[in-house]
Amino acid sequence: MQTLRRTPLFERHAALGARLVPFAGWEMPVQYAGIGEEHRAVRTRAGVFDVSHMGQLRLADAGAHEYLQARLSNDLDRIEAGQAQYTLLTNEVGGIVDDLIAYRRGDDDYLLVVNASNVAQDHAALPETEDVSDRWALLAVQGPEALALLGIDVEPFTFREDADVLGVRCLVAGTGYTGERGCELGCAPEDAGRLWDEILARGLTPCGLGARDTLRLEVCYPLHGNDISPERTPIEAGLGWACALEKDFTGVEVLRRQKEEGPDQKLVAFVMEDAGIPRTGMRIQEGGEVTSGTQSPLLGKGIGLGYVDAALSAPETPITIDLRGRPRRARIVPKPFYKREER
Amino acid sequence: MAAEESYPEDLRYHARHDWVRIDGDVATLGITWHAQDQLGEIVYYEPPQEGASLSKDEGFGGVESVKAYEELFTPLSGEIVEVNAKAVEAPETINEDPYGEGWLVRVRLADPGEQDDLLDAAAYRKLLEEQ
Repeated sequence: MQTLRRTPLFERHAALGARLVPFAGWEMPVQYAGIGEEHRAVRTRAGVFDVSHMGQLRLADAGAHEYLQARLSNDLDRIEAGQAQYTLLTNEVGGIVDDLIAYRRGDDDYLLVVNASNVAQDHAALPETEDVSDRWALLAVQGPEALALLGIDVEPFTFREDADVLGVRCLVAGTGYTGERGCELGCAPEDAGRLWDEILARGLTPCGLGARDTLRLEVCYPLHGNDISPERTPIEAGLGWACALEKDFTGVEVLRRQKEEGPDQKLVAFVMEDAGIPRTGMRIQEGGEVTSGTQSPLLGKGIGLGYVDAALSAPETPITIDLRGRPRRARIVPKPFYKREER
Repeated sequence: MAAEESYPEDLRYHARHDWVRIDGDVATLGITWHAQDQLGEIVYYEPPQEGASLSKDEGFGGVESVKAYEELFTPLSGEIVEVNAKAVEAPETINEDPYGEGWLVRVRLADPGEQDDLLDAAAYRKLLEEQ
């Protein structure tokens, strides 16, 4: 068995009484006080997540922009230095190798933040990049009060480097995976402990991967490996908005055709009408499969994402989930389940 | 709020982390503090039908937290005479009071001799330490 990797904050998680579980080859905290409590902290106030397991690829040579523009789905011409963009790495058949955030540092200078489980695949598809994952620790600070509590001002999908955050040199990015305002802080691994301690001292709630999953699911952010995969295309997944089909990138012809003809299946959101929690891999009896499911702390009901035949994908369509042999009623709803209030 | 860790002396235990309180020919069943702690906040209890007959080690329902579903097995054969409606309506009761208000079912025992296979509190605690 492969040894699990640990982030620079591992001892701190253990000392806080976190439940540590294997995730994408890392030993990560799934919860501290409890998923529900951590979830509510992020929705109502502020929480902090150790996401140092995520990968970073760097490309800073002449031609970097052109290279990535030919391989990533979104249009990098739409961002300039100091801006970030959600984008996809696709394969020859239009499947999703990974979803990632591209940070543009200069004309020909990019940092890509990718899923922990896909670093090797991404690097293989983008061999010109350098895997610099070991040089970064990453903390996500999320919630309506998060930025104010840390004295940070950053706009969504912008970032700046070499900023002083609580005495630590950080990359500050207006990004996250919870649907709340907040930021992600990248720093040197040796500084991560100090940054984490300073953040907790300001009263933010330590949050684990469990709450990260319930939070992202309520806002319908897809999880790679569950809701999106190399076997599913962005058109099926409802991520056409992150694909600049007028430019050339890997698999674009397939995606153009699929958009024109319409996909056979679509990723939809659904709410349980009956009791029970949908789980990944459960069958949708009308034709389809659950790709993510949980009990929504917000709605107090089972919610999920899954692929269904396009003909069944309209909101309000009733579907039936096979919950361990028992048919349970659910209803397709518009995405997302939750949208934060502008303030 | 979750209960404090405890394994009452007057209960019998099963290695699958169930407890049993025997009163004559009726047994009350629940899950142990350890089981509810492993699951985290329980949000769903899928009970059996009252009146159903179960054999020892047969599955009879499940409890589910945000992160996992745990199937329930009866350590004793018998007929389900009562389902705890409070645990169905407010599954968090199972976390809050696993040996009291958070009980799951009452079973009229078909073979009281089966209870000899169960563990006492000391043996169950030893089993937890070894895990």
